[in-house]
Amino acid sequence: MSDTSQLISPSSNPYSSEHASVRAELSEIDASIRTASVFFVVSAIGWLMIGTVFALMAAFKAHQPDFLGAYDFLTFGRVRSAHLNAMALGWGNNIIFAVGLWIMARLCRSPIQHKGLLLIAGVFWNIGLTVGIVGILRGDMTSVEWLEIPQYATPMLVVAYALIAVWGIMAFRFRKGEHVYVSQWYILAGLFWFPWLYVVAQAVIIWFPARGVVQSVANWWFAHNVLGLWLTPMALATAYYLIPKVLGRPIYSYYLSVLGFWALAIFYNWAGVHHLIGGPIPVWLISAGIVASIMMVIPVIVVAINHHMTVVGLHREVWRSPTLRFIVFGAISYTLVSLIGSTMALRSVSEVTHFTHFTIGHAHHGVYAFFTMIMFGGVYYMMPRLLKREWPSAGLIKLHFWGCALGITVMVVALQTGGWIQGMEMNNPEIPFLEVVQNTIPWLKARSVSGIFLTVGHIAFAVNFFWMLFAAGAVRAKKEPTLLTKEGGLA
Amino acid sequence: MRNMAILFCGIFFALAFSFTGLIVTGNIQLGSLEPSTETLVPSDADPSVMVMPEGETRYPLKPSGLAEQGKKVYIDLGCLYCHSQQVRRRGFGADIDRGWGPRQSVARDYVRQDRVLLGTIRTGPDLAHVGGRYAGDAGRDWNYLHLYNPQIVSKGSTMPPFAFLYTKQEIVNERSPDALDFPPGSEYAPEPGYEIVPTRRAEALVEYLLSLRIDYSLPEAPIPE
Repeated sequence: MSDTSQLISPSSNPYSSEHASVRAELSEIDASIRTASVFFVVSAIGWLMIGTVFALMAAFKAHQPDFLGAYDFLTFGRVRSAHLNAMALGWGNNIIFAVGLWIMARLCRSPIQHKGLLLIAGVFWNIGLTVGIVGILRGDMTSVEWLEIPQYATPMLVVAYALIAVWGIMAFRFRKGEHVYVSQWYILAGLFWFPWLYVVAQAVIIWFPARGVVQSVANWWFAHNVLGLWLTPMALATAYYLIPKVLGRPIYSYYLSVLGFWALAIFYNWAGVHHLIGGPIPVWLISAGIVASIMMVIPVIVVAINHHMTVVGLHREVWRSPTLRFIVFGAISYTLVSLIGSTMALRSVSEVTHFTHFTIGHAHHGVYAFFTMIMFGGVYYMMPRLLKREWPSAGLIKLHFWGCALGITVMVVALQTGGWIQGMEMNNPEIPFLEVVQNTIPWLKARSVSGIFLTVGHIAFAVNFFWMLFAAGAVRAKKEPTLLTKEGGLA
Repeated sequence: MRNMAILFCGIFFALAFSFTGLIVTGNIQLGSLEPSTETLVPSDADPSVMVMPEGETRYPLKPSGLAEQGKKVYIDLGCLYCHSQQVRRRGFGADIDRGWGPRQSVARDYVRQDRVLLGTIRTGPDLAHVGGRYAGDAGRDWNYLHLYNPQIVSKGSTMPPFAFLYTKQEIVNERSPDALDFPPGSEYAPEPGYEIVPTRRAEALVEYLLSLRIDYSLPEAPIPE
């Protein structure tokens, strides 16, 4: 018996079963969420493409300031904000609604009830977001980082979010079985944390502005936690669900997953103040943020050990599976970006990196190389189960992977190298500021090149997805799973 | 994990902890911060208590109406995404050595602002004291040209042009007093017979930039002699 056939019929894995009755139950759950999940994935990919266009425009503008410079609605500040919100709330939230709710329903063994309501809430989320992003381009944005959406669009987003998230919580409420898996904690916590953060930040910054720099503290408490308590738990939940699922091997250690979850829950939410190091806020607040940022080493190392030990010895299978190729790339990035982030929170390092492109590189390292890559992996696993058909092209999946993997690597290396140089030069008053600016230009051009790589990857993904969705007969007839290498091969 | 009560409480208290620690406590500490005179004097009643002398100006000043309108332009164009408004202390970075301000910024500098624009990136220079660096009529003229197209006065800058905040019009009889004075031979100047005049939005934005000044001391942050 070859390695692979053992993997496909695991007897030791509690989370997937060879029993027909269990598979039938999962299939019923998949059917209950199919329409809504497909809607969310389609929306997510739509926003991903729109966000990519804004990203390219903003990237070119950074070294060609005249590019599309004649119109106020395409000025850099608005386009980059449209990019951020399209990616964070359009791509990020929609893909979380798709993959996160699906994982939650499956692990709770609880089909989604009233799926029509879920779908309507999803439509309203996307309408609210469209209004918000058009508002940014029209000149109604708030210029509060990560909260640029104008005031008139946010109540709709909050209501729509509540009506979507409630289905995850309902699935959990009506779960079957005793055991609650680590992915369920992460998703439940994320669904609860995000609206709390969002409503508080909206309240004290936009609706009832707090005195002075209290707003800035609230801003970074929120903005850092969008990554830490929303995108991160959802991506970790996806990795925790799919790594054992695809490999047919239980997660290495239950106790490490408990430790990792609680350490993240306790430390991450204090860390955001490190964005204000050297700023006009009380030093004790900043120190608290730095301590929490360093403590984040604990959950990061714990998760890294847990994921690595689950995968160890099965690297060929990881490379062969579209899902795991993306997810393992994301999981490795999580370790790297988090350790770099903890280091950046040290005062002596922040003195250089703060206010430079280093931070932009770091943000993309987290949101893209970690979160987005894992969510791509989630989509590769989920769609064949929802649609009961296979991905049409392994070649397009490979193109997607390499475009994104190379693109994000070039981007992070370029922005962080260029950003470090920028920071060192900025702290040397002998160097005229204009010279500091001009020395960043080669690195910003490299960032634009990386954007083209990413765009190629995204187009490959979108083509493959819509080909599968509106499948031709040949795709429907395909019975074997789409894998990226031949059995036993490495090509 | 089987004990759901612990899971729910944990999820709730984890975030409640930092919400209380950072937002609520931060607001208790700073929420009633008021403008202040530049220095404090001992109180007549009790010399161990320092008070603000009567009749002296309290800083930061309230900005003019036009500057407030200009701040809205600054916000809607997203200037924040390249420019910070905070000066770090001497010895931490080179903000003061670069002339970005005569002293570090402190929390009290922001108490009159409904929208605080500290910013986290310096693709362009810090603007906390830009109205002091480019002051008066010369500063106003510089800002008008720089916003119209930064290359005119700052060759090689990566700042985008904001020409859409201006109108080009034919000169009838005599030049408008507001028309931009381009340097002789500038490639950005309009063709003869035409002039470039700022719109109301450009006027407001420049007024706002001129109002950004750290030219006052605060008891906790005196400008060094």
